[in-house]
Amino acid sequence: MLADKDRIFTNLYGFQDWGLKAAQQRGDWDDTKSLIARGHDNIIEEVKASGLRGRGGAGFPTGLKWSFMPKESKDGRPSFLVINADESEPGSCKDREIIRHDPHKLIEGALVAGYAMRARAAYIYIRGEYIREAETLQAAIDEAYDAGLIGKNASKSGYDFDVFLHRGAGAYICGEETAMIESLEGKKGQPRLKPPFPAGAGLYGCPTTVNNVESIAVVPTILRRGASWFASFGRENNKGTKLFQISGHVNKPCVVEEALSIPFSELIEKHCGGIIGGKDNLLAVIPGGSSVPLVPAEQIWDAPMDFDGLKDLGSGLGTAGVIVMDKSTDIVRAISRLSYFYKHESCGQCTPCREGTGWMWRMMERLRTGDAAIEEIDMLQQVTKQVEGHTICALGDAAAWPIQGLIRHFRPELERRIEEHNAKFAPDTLEAAE
Amino acid sequence: MPKVTVDGQELEVPEGATVLQACELAGKEIPRFCYHERLSIAGNCRMCLVEVKPGPPKPQASCALPATEGQEIRTDSEMVKTAREGVMEFLLINHPLDCPICDQGGECDLQDQSVAYGRGATRYEENKRAVTEKYMGPLIKTVMTRCIHCTRCVRFSEEIAGVDEIGAVGRGEDMQITTYLEQAAEHELSANVIDLCPVGALTSRPYAFEARPWELKKTLSIDVSDAVGANIRLDSRGREVMRALPRVNDAVNEEWLSDKGRYMVDGLSKRRLDKVFMRKRGKLQPATWDEAFKAIAKAKPGKAIAAVAGDMVDCETMFAAKALLKACGSKLIEGRQTGMDYDVSNLAAVNFNSTFEGLEHAGAILIVGSHIRWEAPLVNVRIRKAVKRGAKVYVVGPYWDTTYPAEFLGEDLGVLNKLPKDVADAFKNAERGAVIVGGGALKGAHGKAMALASDWGADFNVLHFSAARMGGLMLGFAQKGGMADIVKAKPKVLISLGADEMDYEPFTDTLKVYIGHHGDKGAHSADIILPAASYAEKDGTYVNTEGRVQFAEKAVFAPGDAREDWTILRALADALKVEVGFDNFAQLQSAMIAEVPALGEEGLADYGALPKVDAKAKAEGTMSAYPIKDFYLTNPIARASEVMQRCSSELLHDGELAEAAE
Repeated sequence: MLADKDRIFTNLYGFQDWGLKAAQQRGDWDDTKSLIARGHDNIIEEVKASGLRGRGGAGFPTGLKWSFMPKESKDGRPSFLVINADESEPGSCKDREIIRHDPHKLIEGALVAGYAMRARAAYIYIRGEYIREAETLQAAIDEAYDAGLIGKNASKSGYDFDVFLHRGAGAYICGEETAMIESLEGKKGQPRLKPPFPAGAGLYGCPTTVNNVESIAVVPTILRRGASWFASFGRENNKGTKLFQISGHVNKPCVVEEALSIPFSELIEKHCGGIIGGKDNLLAVIPGGSSVPLVPAEQIWDAPMDFDGLKDLGSGLGTAGVIVMDKSTDIVRAISRLSYFYKHESCGQCTPCREGTGWMWRMMERLRTGDAAIEEIDMLQQVTKQVEGHTICALGDAAAWPIQGLIRHFRPELERRIEEHNAKFAPDTLEAAE
Repeated sequence: MPKVTVDGQELEVPEGATVLQACELAGKEIPRFCYHERLSIAGNCRMCLVEVKPGPPKPQASCALPATEGQEIRTDSEMVKTAREGVMEFLLINHPLDCPICDQGGECDLQDQSVAYGRGATRYEENKRAVTEKYMGPLIKTVMTRCIHCTRCVRFSEEIAGVDEIGAVGRGEDMQITTYLEQAAEHELSANVIDLCPVGALTSRPYAFEARPWELKKTLSIDVSDAVGANIRLDSRGREVMRALPRVNDAVNEEWLSDKGRYMVDGLSKRRLDKVFMRKRGKLQPATWDEAFKAIAKAKPGKAIAAVAGDMVDCETMFAAKALLKACGSKLIEGRQTGMDYDVSNLAAVNFNSTFEGLEHAGAILIVGSHIRWEAPLVNVRIRKAVKRGAKVYVVGPYWDTTYPAEFLGEDLGVLNKLPKDVADAFKNAERGAVIVGGGALKGAHGKAMALASDWGADFNVLHFSAARMGGLMLGFAQKGGMADIVKAKPKVLISLGADEMDYEPFTDTLKVYIGHHGDKGAHSADIILPAASYAEKDGTYVNTEGRVQFAEKAVFAPGDAREDWTILRALADALKVEVGFDNFAQLQSAMIAEVPALGEEGLADYGALPKVDAKAKAEGTMSAYPIKDFYLTNPIARASEVMQRCSSELLHDGELAEAAE
């Protein structure tokens, strides 16, 4: 179990004040000037060395991402950092805790990261539904401005850096990085085609890096305590600590900071008071927010909770929003509900996702009641394959994976429902009824 | 030049080409819906997926992917085939498949590509989506259930027309394409979205359920609704022109057409002059050709015969009239009906010298007295392109709604004498500039504008709006004093070649012979009406405002007793007992080409260098209004067209006229 001294988010539960004074007592904004004095490339190298992988879901190495930003502006275009606080993935709730209880970690991280990638300003795009969180974050930004920590000559480092807060309007797709950029520009939130990648032409056509809140918020601590400290947690290629968010059928759902690669069993037993009804009552787990395929109980129990460990199980760490389902769950209905979510949140721009998500949801609804034919399971599988990998952004994949996971692991359950349903309406029973 | 391999075939592609273009260069057909050469890349239909190495192990949208050195592209692999089948299946699941009652049938991209790239049968058993119809005005009929959300129409309105009218609302499968607040699309190029729509979601309202594409005879023609000379295709069935569609000509209209050029064709079968008429006791009565010719001969015009050409006549008609008058010993020919009398001793001075293509590259544009959106909508498209490339635009004249940022310098033409410094600077800094003088400002500002252009080293352009103008000027249809000279000559016989905009008042003692096709202003004033052919009913040569000579072909026969204009003039020569020197159309054409060789060659006519400018020229006068009062009703065909009348009343007059009629 992660020792308290190794926790980055020391006010995760809001036992202390979120304000600047309290944050400074916890160590934030402590000589930020000297962090910046290390220089652009040194910071990037340190972050690379720490093994930090993006905490938003895809797990792309953060330092590497920053190194794609131009070293100097050839045509006078500024660079921007966009921080993705549009946390809308079902099952994820870590950024919310950071923003409402530890906003200064994020703002300091924005300054340091922004400096490292030579950004002129950071735009924090916060989910529209996070009303109180947006108020807190704005107040924290104002505090930081008033204290001279950001703005002109930020933290007396000689670097000018602004932080802007932008509130979303409730679209899940705006959490996709290019859709977020479109939305920030005031347009309809629809993902852009890549290439060009944001690092080449992003916000207002300028080089832009989009990072998750958690990825940014951990940076100052990594720099203060050193890359080797951060890299001492977790397995090779899956370094550092991570906020896990466990919801569903556990005795004590929680958000907790733990070292990566912690076994699932330990995470559940130590922090969540175990599965409701005991280990044997566990049915399946969606380990990384709604977009990743579910993993059945017997496979997940001893699995290490990290990027590669879950990938080996055919799933993914995603945002580490762990959704635990015990045997009381109607698993088909649960996945069908996720399908409805993706159908509802598809932006409608490209064909496979626009048409496919609705089709998949409708078929899932029929599979839920069993009103289908056995062959339709295979057809559904094919349809998910027709969506996956054929779309502009990853929402199509995210809509396809949960269903693929269901078919992979719970096909007998699907078939049982179909047989039961069809037996009820079979010709001989109908005759008998007459 | 990157080298790529397409299906094993190695080829070099131009720098900046996309994978789709590379495949096309290799002769591979790539199905697509959203991609269009003249619009920005959306990449949303996903139909153009191909397999590309190196790259992720999934199919890539070829329309948006740049071709790079060493790429290995496959368009024939199993992955590509299944990807296309998958996308096609998705496109069709919510498409109503009502092809038998869809006007797009037979020229539908979805229909064609589903046959070529789709699965044989559907697997979709859920209910299909239905979408409420949207109102997009009198020209565009919508059946939005058929929409596949390719957003071509959205991008056209935004990028080409410069009017943010069409967009998408809602998201996911509930996304709908609509106009803002379901208003009509109110611009002069709105109907081009009908051509762009790859399915039957946006179809032509006037043409709804009229014909199937395979029933139509296609004739290559030239649009005469303005002086741009847009290349069109007339689709006819039997004796009726069913519709006009733009043809591709990058130098002229790219592939667009103004709504007027497209939809005035229904006027071709309305208010037609299909009989000979003579005025007897103050009233026009039907007559025979013989009676009419005898009456004209009886007037014994001798030398006292004049001819005025209308806005839509072809060069051959004008030449025939000129030959007839020449045989009679008269030189009283004029085409500038409204009385303009600018100097035509050098045609370069009244020509659009930038050319339309060249205008796109202008860095600074000064428009003097021209409502370009109405006088030449397709030239406006070019200016918008120039502005997108960074051009600055200044306008002298009353305000009109430009589709790009432009600075209005006031209605007083005198402003040209003392232009603000930033205008001159803009021209001096621009590599290429263009001064455009509209017909309305030729009187007061011609000389000064030319002097300014020469001073700045900019192209000097005159923008006419009559299809017959440049051809007429090349044939000498211009008197020194304009129409006033004709009036002064007091001719005994006045031949009006479809001249409907001129003032017949001064010709009270003249025998007015109207040779034209519509019962419009000219016919009402005429003493004798000889029914003739419209542009769709005869072969002819037209010269557009940039001096581009183009040939149009005959699509249908003229109705009733109407004849092709030149035959009427040839018969009239017999009646007047003079020799014109031609007995058939070929002879007429060769005589015309012998006199004006440029008319024999398609392409830009060479008018030589601009005249020496008068450096002391001053601009004077005020433009309080533009010559065109109503975009949709500028010529007799449009005025006869119900569609154009409806457009005028609905789009320009807020339905006032329609209400008054009820």
